[in-house]
Amino acid sequence: MSENTTPSAAPAANVAEPMGAPPSPLRETWDYFRKNRGAYVGLIVIAIILFLALTAQWIAPYDPIAQDRTAFLKPPIWMDGADPRYILGTDAVGRDILSRLIHGAQLSVSIGVFVVILSMIAGIVLGMVAGYFRGWVEVGIMRLMDIMLALPSLIMALAIVAILGPGLENAMLAIAIVQLPHYVRLTRASVVSELNKEYVIASQIAGAGHVRQMFVNILPNCMAPLIVQGTLGISSAILDAAALGFLGLGAQPPLPEWGTMLSEAREFVGSAWWVITFPGLCILVTVLAFNLMGDGLRDALDPKMKR
Amino acid sequence: MLGFLFRRLGDIIPTFFGVTLLVFFLIRLIPGDPILMLAGERGVDAARYAELQAQYGFDQPIIVQYFDYLMGVFQGDLGKSFVTKKPVLDEFLVLFPATVELGLTGILFAVCFGVPFGVLAAINRGKWIDHLTMSVSLTGYSMPIFWWALLLIMFFSTTLGWTPVSGRLSVMYYIEPTTGFMLIDTLLSDEKGAFISALRHMILPTIALGTIPMAVIARMTRSSMLEVLGEEYIRVARAKGLSPLRVIMVHALRNALIPVITVIGLQVGVLLAGAILTETIFSWPGIGKWIIEAMNRRDYPTIQGGILMIAFLVMGVNLIVDLLYGVVNPRIRHKR
Repeated sequence: MSENTTPSAAPAANVAEPMGAPPSPLRETWDYFRKNRGAYVGLIVIAIILFLALTAQWIAPYDPIAQDRTAFLKPPIWMDGADPRYILGTDAVGRDILSRLIHGAQLSVSIGVFVVILSMIAGIVLGMVAGYFRGWVEVGIMRLMDIMLALPSLIMALAIVAILGPGLENAMLAIAIVQLPHYVRLTRASVVSELNKEYVIASQIAGAGHVRQMFVNILPNCMAPLIVQGTLGISSAILDAAALGFLGLGAQPPLPEWGTMLSEAREFVGSAWWVITFPGLCILVTVLAFNLMGDGLRDALDPKMKR
Repeated sequence: MLGFLFRRLGDIIPTFFGVTLLVFFLIRLIPGDPILMLAGERGVDAARYAELQAQYGFDQPIIVQYFDYLMGVFQGDLGKSFVTKKPVLDEFLVLFPATVELGLTGILFAVCFGVPFGVLAAINRGKWIDHLTMSVSLTGYSMPIFWWALLLIMFFSTTLGWTPVSGRLSVMYYIEPTTGFMLIDTLLSDEKGAFISALRHMILPTIALGTIPMAVIARMTRSSMLEVLGEEYIRVARAKGLSPLRVIMVHALRNALIPVITVIGLQVGVLLAGAILTETIFSWPGIGKWIIEAMNRRDYPTIQGGILMIAFLVMGVNLIVDLLYGVVNPRIRHKR
């Protein structure tokens, strides 16, 4: 910023300089975001989880599905009777819990990201079409979304899994479909409010086609609420996927998905606290981190909250 | 008011048909032939196949099938379970009170803790108590309740031995269901201790189910309270010299609770979804556990009927909440 203040460098651009150059939108958002301590902590936790997820193959001490027949249900190393090779202990078939948790991070993060990207793309297209063309297209799309919202998300996901059959891919698809109405509604609402703005009319007069209007001119101005919803969507996707896994309808054993791990651990509720505590804690921490970051992003991106 | 009622009913009708359509196609979108699936491993010969097809109406055009299904739904016929061969609606009605009972205690727990914590956070804005309640609330909101339930069992049932692990009533007692609500039935019976047993069985499922609604209600109460506390009439009430407690409990809280009522209504969906997980963990004989069992057995009519009933329930409660809101707040009623 300081080089702009030397008049010799760019004299023409500095007419308004005494007023102080406005910070770039990204910079402004970041400044607001950083002031929110919870959001900042959330971001750091997410960074750690992402790091674990990306490097799982190298940093996990063991293969997540390798069974050690000499070490069934060994407690974490700070307890009596522990096996020093397994920091967080082993499960009922002798698999290292720490390794499974790290690989589970990889699964959960990819579930969250994949679901949100899929749902967001479809939601943006549908919402954009509904908001831009209006008329019966809008009525049809929005009614469909209302129907989908009539069912609680987990129950809707269950219904879809009932059709597609259990499994990780189907569970992800089901959750993506369940999240769809949120993106459609948000996009439509933003598009409708943008539609009569001057820049849209100007580019229409300049001859911009429908596709260009929708995705090049209008869409960038509708992204802020979608980014917030996307972040919160990752957390609910992880939670729903874990719930489906827990019910035996999501990721199937021996995949180290956290909800599936909990489902396998259920019978040891009275005997081995570690097989139950750690996977759930991972879910909670991850979901909490994404929720904190989503809240922080909302405050930072919402113009009403500024000031 | 009547106009408002009809307008809301008009909004709900397309959704009603949409849900029936969705549930109708549920069974037809499943890969594979439903008759063969019904027959199972043994298979079925051609004559019996045609007979079954006619019995279930699969030989009719799809529009006719949907129309028949819809007529059935209007007459309370949701089909018969593949497994028990009993009408789905009958099974639903037997199990439904258990879920309602759990849902009511869950929402009671959520309101009893959520509202006071929200108020406490609002009047201590920015202080440690505000930060604490809001942190707890955000944690509760992010909680995987199936894990939370297991933690509660691990701590209170298996370690401390304070509460039973599962079920609705100790096997020592047998209570003939009259209302279907265990707390009421045990009170009406003359078996001593049965009520206490039923109550003890309720505690952990109630906490597990009520945690997320509690978190949502606490957050909503706080923000709604903060908004109201900034109003002119609160300042007037304070200026009149009313005690702070009276200002907060009577003047502020009453108005702050209006949006909270809506949020409580919206929790019905959360409760029903939560009931699926909670009932599965605590072996609570309600509709949540019933649907999961049906899914594991691929009992499609039961899945279909159960999901339809849940959708109706959520739609019905949302309608009631909307109407109540119209009663409480005339501005909503006269909009449009």
